[in-house]
Amino acid sequence: MKKAEEIQLPDELRYSVDHEWVRMESGSARIGITDYAQDQLGDVVYVELPSIGARFAAGAVFATVESVKSVSECIMPLAGEVIGVNAALNDDPALLNTSPYGDGWMVLVKPDDPSAGGGLLTAGRYREHLGGAA
Amino acid sequence: MSEQPGGTGLVLNEPLLWERGKTGRCGFSLPAQDVPESPLPAELAGEGPDFPDLSETEVVRHYTRLSTWNYGVDSGFYPLGSCTMKYNPKTNERQAGLRGFTAAHPLLPAALSQGALRLMYELERDLAEITGLAAVTLQPAAGAQGELAGMLILHAWQQSRQSVRTKILIPDTAHGTNPASAALCGYAPVAVPSDERGIIPAGVVDSLMDEATAGIMITNPNTLGLFEENIREIARIVHGRGGLVYCDGANMNAVLGVVKPGEIGVDILHLNLHKTFSTPHGGGGPGSGPVAVRRELERFLPVPRVVEEGGAYRLREDCPDSIGRLLAFQGHFGILVRAYAYIRSLGPDGLARVSRLAVLNANYLKERLRGTLPLAFDRPCMHECVFSDRNLQGTGIVTLDIAKRLMDYGYHPPTIYFPLVVPGAIMVEPTETETKEDLDRFVEAIQAIVREARENPDLLKEAPHRCKVTRLDETAAARNPCLIG
Repeated sequence: MKKAEEIQLPDELRYSVDHEWVRMESGSARIGITDYAQDQLGDVVYVELPSIGARFAAGAVFATVESVKSVSECIMPLAGEVIGVNAALNDDPALLNTSPYGDGWMVLVKPDDPSAGGGLLTAGRYREHLGGAA
Repeated sequence: MSEQPGGTGLVLNEPLLWERGKTGRCGFSLPAQDVPESPLPAELAGEGPDFPDLSETEVVRHYTRLSTWNYGVDSGFYPLGSCTMKYNPKTNERQAGLRGFTAAHPLLPAALSQGALRLMYELERDLAEITGLAAVTLQPAAGAQGELAGMLILHAWQQSRQSVRTKILIPDTAHGTNPASAALCGYAPVAVPSDERGIIPAGVVDSLMDEATAGIMITNPNTLGLFEENIREIARIVHGRGGLVYCDGANMNAVLGVVKPGEIGVDILHLNLHKTFSTPHGGGGPGSGPVAVRRELERFLPVPRVVEEGGAYRLREDCPDSIGRLLAFQGHFGILVRAYAYIRSLGPDGLARVSRLAVLNANYLKERLRGTLPLAFDRPCMHECVFSDRNLQGTGIVTLDIAKRLMDYGYHPPTIYFPLVVPGAIMVEPTETETKEDLDRFVEAIQAIVREARENPDLLKEAPHRCKVTRLDETAAARNPCLIG
């Protein structure tokens, strides 16, 4: 288990209290789970992703991640339509552990409200939130 | 430190039976043929299954060696929280082995099965008395099927009132099978969060229970080993809004003869005979999950029902409101005999003593270990208590390593990483039959392991060292499962 100061939280991302990150990329939002979340889960063995075209409200469950310890649900940080999924996770779910912000991304979403990401936490605020959670 | 059960010794290897044997070898002799030969029906002819040819010695050694690799409650302490791995008194086996039971056949007419039917009838009455409910079915094959039966009964009751409801409340301290059973019955589970005391506040149920909710599925005592103290108020709220209270009775081992669920607002409850009434659990199984209900729900119980008329017993099928049959024949009958033997050999006072000792043992461990591992909830527990690995942050040692190292000391590890509401959970359930000396030895083992975690963490990271199979790559096993031999 990582110590608090070892958790990587890139400044350019936005975070949800449910431990998802969002990267805004010219009108769409790339989403995954944070370094903290993957560390808590432990070795990920299976990822269930949504279908392209699926629509989710903010707060809805969009994916499940199974680790050797438990099965956890991933909560959509903003409302929108799934326009891409990271199929590489089907063959190599460990990407979620080794590269949570890079090759381990989960879904690409077209947000209903392009400015929705603004309501999420900055890296600093999310780290404060972890201080309370840990 | 006291001498611990974990030792070293020669462990014999044993290959698969298919890697043993030689064509033509045989472990038995058939009697001489004394009937005329007749050809096999065509559909039965052909190649037989791929069975190895083995001698009797090979077969006996194979299974004897495998049995020495096993660890059971007959070998040592087995504190697997939530599962209640309790000792199975040998008298149970003796009664279940009586010829009248082993030679019974479910297709025999009732007139020739009076003893078996009477045992089922009396076991139903005993379980009704213990739960404080009116009627019982013994049919469900295990706890989860009991849960499904309970949900089907709940649904049938709502339907009989022309009430269409789609949701069910399930606390985050309920057993993990509950949401699955509710979902299998078509209900959408709604999570009810527990509070800082580890139980469900009535106010949360008040805010969630609406006209679209069929009822609540509550585990009491809950899966943190805590008694849901607000159960009466929760039941009042749920009943007041047209719902029913289902109780997962998997933790009844804590309250036998002390609390009758029917008297605290529960409408439907399943029991796990393999957890509470000392029938075999795990590999020995099978399970058995009887369901008890209030009088007004009796008409929905599965068929056939065992009924008694003037001292004679029979199976009744004509129950038009029944949810139907759940299993071929009458449930796992051999298991019912064992549970009946247990209940009758202990009696009401003995059963209450079982629960009191189970709770006492858990609280004893909780108090003795509280300075060694942090408690998830620092308050009196029921039959199990939950610790965490929080105080080992910085050592690199986590719950999994403690569990693995316990094997070296000769113990079955406790349940780990469950319940999910406690990060790094270590859930210890000693059950009622352990002596104080055994509990003290276990405490010493945990204390030694926590010392090792600080002084020599690699010892834990690589544990177990003394087992036939040492640390397995669980991640690789889960990512690339090998499902055939």
